[in-house]
Amino acid sequence: MQITGAELFVKALLAEQVDTLFAYPGGQAIDLFDALYGVEGIRVILPRHEQGLVHAADGYARSTGKVGVCLVTSGPGATNLVTGIATANYDSVPLVCFTGQVSTGLIGNDAFQEVDIVGITRSITKYAVTVRKREDLAAVIKKAFFIARSGKPGVVLVDLPKDIQQAKGSDCCPKQVEIRGYKPNTRVHMGQIRKSLECLKQAKRPVFLLGGGVKIARAGREMTALMEKTGIPCVTTIMGKGAVATDHPLYVGNLGIHGSYAANIAISQCDVLFSIGVRFNDRITGKVSEFAPNAVIIHVDIDPASISRNIEVDIPIVADARNAVQVLLEHADACSCEEWRKQIALWKKEYPLTVSESAQSGDGVQGTMSFTPQAVMCGINRIFQQAVITTDVGQNQMWATQFLELSERKQMLTSGGLGTMGYGLPAAIGAKLGNPDLDVIAICGDGGIQMNIQEMATAVVYELPVIICILNNGYLGNVRQWQEMFFNRRYSATCLRRRKSCPSACSAPSSACPAYTPDFIRLAESYGAKAIRVTKQEEIGPALEAAKESKTVPVVIEFLIEPERNVLPIVPPGNPLSNMIMKSNGMITEKKNKITESYGVITEHNDMDMEGGKR
Amino acid sequence: MKKRWISLYVENEIGVLARISGLFSGKSYNLNSLTAGVTEDETISRMTISLISDDRTFEQIKKQLNRSIEVIKVVDFTETAIHMKELMFVRIRNCSEQDMVKLNYMRDIFQAKLIDYNPSTALLECVQTEDKNNDFIRLLQIVFPGRIEIVRGGSVAVEAVSITDR
Repeated sequence: MQITGAELFVKALLAEQVDTLFAYPGGQAIDLFDALYGVEGIRVILPRHEQGLVHAADGYARSTGKVGVCLVTSGPGATNLVTGIATANYDSVPLVCFTGQVSTGLIGNDAFQEVDIVGITRSITKYAVTVRKREDLAAVIKKAFFIARSGKPGVVLVDLPKDIQQAKGSDCCPKQVEIRGYKPNTRVHMGQIRKSLECLKQAKRPVFLLGGGVKIARAGREMTALMEKTGIPCVTTIMGKGAVATDHPLYVGNLGIHGSYAANIAISQCDVLFSIGVRFNDRITGKVSEFAPNAVIIHVDIDPASISRNIEVDIPIVADARNAVQVLLEHADACSCEEWRKQIALWKKEYPLTVSESAQSGDGVQGTMSFTPQAVMCGINRIFQQAVITTDVGQNQMWATQFLELSERKQMLTSGGLGTMGYGLPAAIGAKLGNPDLDVIAICGDGGIQMNIQEMATAVVYELPVIICILNNGYLGNVRQWQEMFFNRRYSATCLRRRKSCPSACSAPSSACPAYTPDFIRLAESYGAKAIRVTKQEEIGPALEAAKESKTVPVVIEFLIEPERNVLPIVPPGNPLSNMIMKSNGMITEKKNKITESYGVITEHNDMDMEGGKR
Repeated sequence: MKKRWISLYVENEIGVLARISGLFSGKSYNLNSLTAGVTEDETISRMTISLISDDRTFEQIKKQLNRSIEVIKVVDFTETAIHMKELMFVRIRNCSEQDMVKLNYMRDIFQAKLIDYNPSTALLECVQTEDKNNDFIRLLQIVFPGRIEIVRGGSVAVEAVSITDR
């Protein structure tokens, strides 16, 4: 039968079992939307901005394991996807993005709403292609889904010129495609596995390091079993957090520039680092030349290009994380590292994660707030048992990654690679659409929430009771923290209260600061959401409980936190992981037990106490 | 750091050249020359790439090329027996008769062909290895300073059958 390209598009989506389509119409996509009209089986979600749209598809994909599917028009519709495409691709999220395009005859003419979106996204997609012949359409779509979800997942962009959408042709959708240049290897090389096991046998201080790859491969259960069988402690990256339950006795914590003391020191002192599904990004290695200096490094990754890129690896294993862990589980023995486990437990106990004390910022506007961001995270831990938690980027994200307790039933979605502000709310919407029975919580800063706040309307109209926690400190807090610590408190363009009336230079909040705008409570209410403002510790629990009760209406909880809380520990730029600033006015280095009294000045302390006093 | 050669089999599709060259520029890899042309199978193009890098970067470059969907095969030509040639045109302006005599000696040695000529300008065609072309340019610049114009095509390479020429 002869059908139009647009009709074939719908047929191909149904064949790929697409049940939810994140879509925003426009002139060059109107035929596709017409073909979707009234189609049973595909729910078309209309967000309020294409950036929100692509993050929602991303949240849907990460939380369900399915491919997230986007449909937008040409030109600005397509370019508005760019940040979200880079976000998803960087974190290996399977997305297929369809963009409308001007007719093939007009391409290159600077036609209305024409951009070369394939050219723009070439370096941030796994594959991007313009369909130039109607007869290629079905195969290209099949190929797109296959590429997006297989191997190291990623984003595929398919650009659909208007004449291709309108042209009549075959209604056949191929069952399979063959791509001669793309054969992802998932099988495990036994020789390398044996080598790695031999290495573990000799180890006295071994550590597992788990990244996002373990979560993508859904290898959590097998990984937990492997940890238990071997007795080897486990550290995660931000993207890997939640791969194994964070309350597991062998779980140490996150590593990296805001990692926990125990995790960073364990990595620095281990003799075998068994890493799975990580990229050794600069945020987790600190100074590369001093990363895990004494360790034999084993690295399992599905992407050969991830191996030995940033960190020289001794035993590479190219494989799907789950396949590799299964084989390891079969052959591994218990490891005799009792002393090491005890040592790590001691570090954990001695230097637990806490937030900084309140900075001495005079009569701070919000300085009377009696709770910490940590208290908010603890409240979420206590009240929500089965949940998806999304974050924005910045201090809110770091506190979430530090303090949230995660497990198989409680997952966190965060923009780890690209670090995209504005991710939290739309990703939560996508997650709720994919998981209607789970509580979905977005943890946002007052900066990030404003980058995609228009999606409140989406949550309201689709009756998605997401809980939007805004940690409001009136600052772009992460950058402000860096300015405080490393730029002599020169708060350059980081204050969101700042107005015309403010002095030209400002390095601390005061009671004279202008009022915050917008009023998040009234804003939320105008969207038709519920809104709660929390100013005291005792209000945290009840606010979260109340939000949990909402069945159809999103709830905004604005937490007024102190303006100058810092995320600690922090590894200062250029330092190895073992050098961490542990409190607002001190630096500890692991090697010589030094404490700096103020940033940058190092003084020797033989009898160190992290609380500041002598023992 | 050393000179490397890669022979690349890619899908003969729109945008593939941009993908490959974009990979080099986006990741700050050195790219010396890149030639491309269709093969006996018109769905496949073959590229010859030369670059200078250290061992570790070169490994990464090969992996990055391999993971591109459009790349069918990556062959490292750095240490293999190959034939390699580069087409180069040289135009020499303001040639006197005496210049022509010198030019004839030189083109004999470098096996360059005189393919076009008028009383003041000579046009040479030279199909040689990249190194020999470099040597020839150096000599021409000494003998005819400020009067030469060079157009180079980049190297094309193929696996050797029994002898090597690179």
